[in-house]
Amino acid sequence: MLQTIYIMWLRELKKFWRSPSRIIGALGQPILFLLALGYGFGSMFQAAGQGSYFQFLVPGIIGMAIIFASIFNGMQIIWDRQFGFLKETLVAPVSRIAIMLGRTFGGATVATVQGCIVFALTLLFGFHPYSWALVVPAIIVMFSIASLFSALGITVASFVKDMQGFQLVMNFLVMPMFFLSGALFPLTNIPLLLRALATIDPLSYGVDGIRALLINVSHFGIATDATVLLVMASVFLGLGSYCFTKLEV
Amino acid sequence: MANIIEVEDLKKSFAGMQAVRGISFAVQQGSTFGFLGPNGAGKSTTIKMLTALLRPTSGAILIDGYDPTKEPHAVRRAFGIVFQDPSLDDDLTAWENMELHGVLYGVPRGTRYARINEMLKFVELDDRRHSYVREFSGGMKRRLEIARGLLHHPKIIFLDEPTLGLDPQTRNHMWEYLGRLNEREGITVFFTTHYMDEADRNADTIAIIDHGSIIVSGTGEELKRQTRKDSLEDAFLELTGHDIREESASALEHLRVMRRARGR
Repeated sequence: MLQTIYIMWLRELKKFWRSPSRIIGALGQPILFLLALGYGFGSMFQAAGQGSYFQFLVPGIIGMAIIFASIFNGMQIIWDRQFGFLKETLVAPVSRIAIMLGRTFGGATVATVQGCIVFALTLLFGFHPYSWALVVPAIIVMFSIASLFSALGITVASFVKDMQGFQLVMNFLVMPMFFLSGALFPLTNIPLLLRALATIDPLSYGVDGIRALLINVSHFGIATDATVLLVMASVFLGLGSYCFTKLEV
Repeated sequence: MANIIEVEDLKKSFAGMQAVRGISFAVQQGSTFGFLGPNGAGKSTTIKMLTALLRPTSGAILIDGYDPTKEPHAVRRAFGIVFQDPSLDDDLTAWENMELHGVLYGVPRGTRYARINEMLKFVELDDRRHSYVREFSGGMKRRLEIARGLLHHPKIIFLDEPTLGLDPQTRNHMWEYLGRLNEREGITVFFTTHYMDEADRNADTIAIIDHGSIIVSGTGEELKRQTRKDSLEDAFLELTGHDIREESASALEHLRVMRRARGR
């Protein structure tokens, strides 16, 4: 069981490491958002008395890098289905849950590494965390977000059979989750509907958790963030395992 | 010799369409069994049921004494499989693909390395062990898949159109490997193919399936004698007709083919 999880985890890491284009491609979008929005809205944010927008935005951008990378890794299953490798794992005499867990944690590790690279880049652009000691717990929060969305990616990929479906998921699931999560704006003083949507969006708690640890600003409170992340990650791991077990080729 | 595969009145329906309609056959341990039939006849569906990838609607299967619906893992350890389409990870090396398979099949580390070496030598890929699979030609990929399918010492190897798209040289090579294996390790070979000469030359027993039913089985000689034809190809066409069948790409497509077949 552990060996299976380990070898599937290792596979995800190797595939990531060997694909420099994927590493660079995954960084482009968050950095673009950070620079364009961070510097573009900075003075407005400051004028409204909210402090530095750049500082506020960095945790949101880290969350963005992680959710996109996690969903993408989860949906690697679609490629594996098309290129046939999925069958090799499904026909093996091992529990599918072990395969699913290995893939999820592999994808989550990769996404966390991407989040850390984005974090390192923001330091170059002048971001300064509230306390260096809290960077480690922040990385743990990043890994929880990554596990949650990797598991969600695998769940969705169990139903979606082709890359057109992947686009659909990006547009109608991932994009709304990102934009409604409070990654780009504070959740205080916003219309009720928007706040309600943000409250049911698991990424809100992820971004809020990183924000609490990195810039000491929090909407929900770190205890709520951690609880919601852990519960939702467990729910999606369970759901993803179930769907993966039912998969037929 | 005992039967290593026994199939009794096996049926599979997809949404009311019968893809496999009550087939029975047996394969002797250590023999080479050719499973032939036009596209959409039910070959791949049958193989999926034998390999515990698909649950039969009804009927009984015994693979090495185990029922795939009840003890899928015992069945899975008993066979190796080379799928119709490639199933390697292109981003990993030949060695890494083998290693991953060995771990999934629980081959202990010590014997695993030795066996991977042995199998890579066997298919003459040991000098390319650290090359990425994406750099391999179609024939090399097939050889690697065969080596991988044999890694965990299976008693049966399933080959679903293993020589599709390969040149005659590679094809001959492949059958030579399989023949040697059959002799050396007593492995049972279960294969499908569209090359009738290949089936005639290599199979001890042949079964022909069409529209989900086995229409005839026996040795190549018996089938030719029965149809009074000189070649297995002519015998095959005599038995299954000359109409062109649609290739079924997906389960949905499969349904369409079956619906058409039933409507005739």
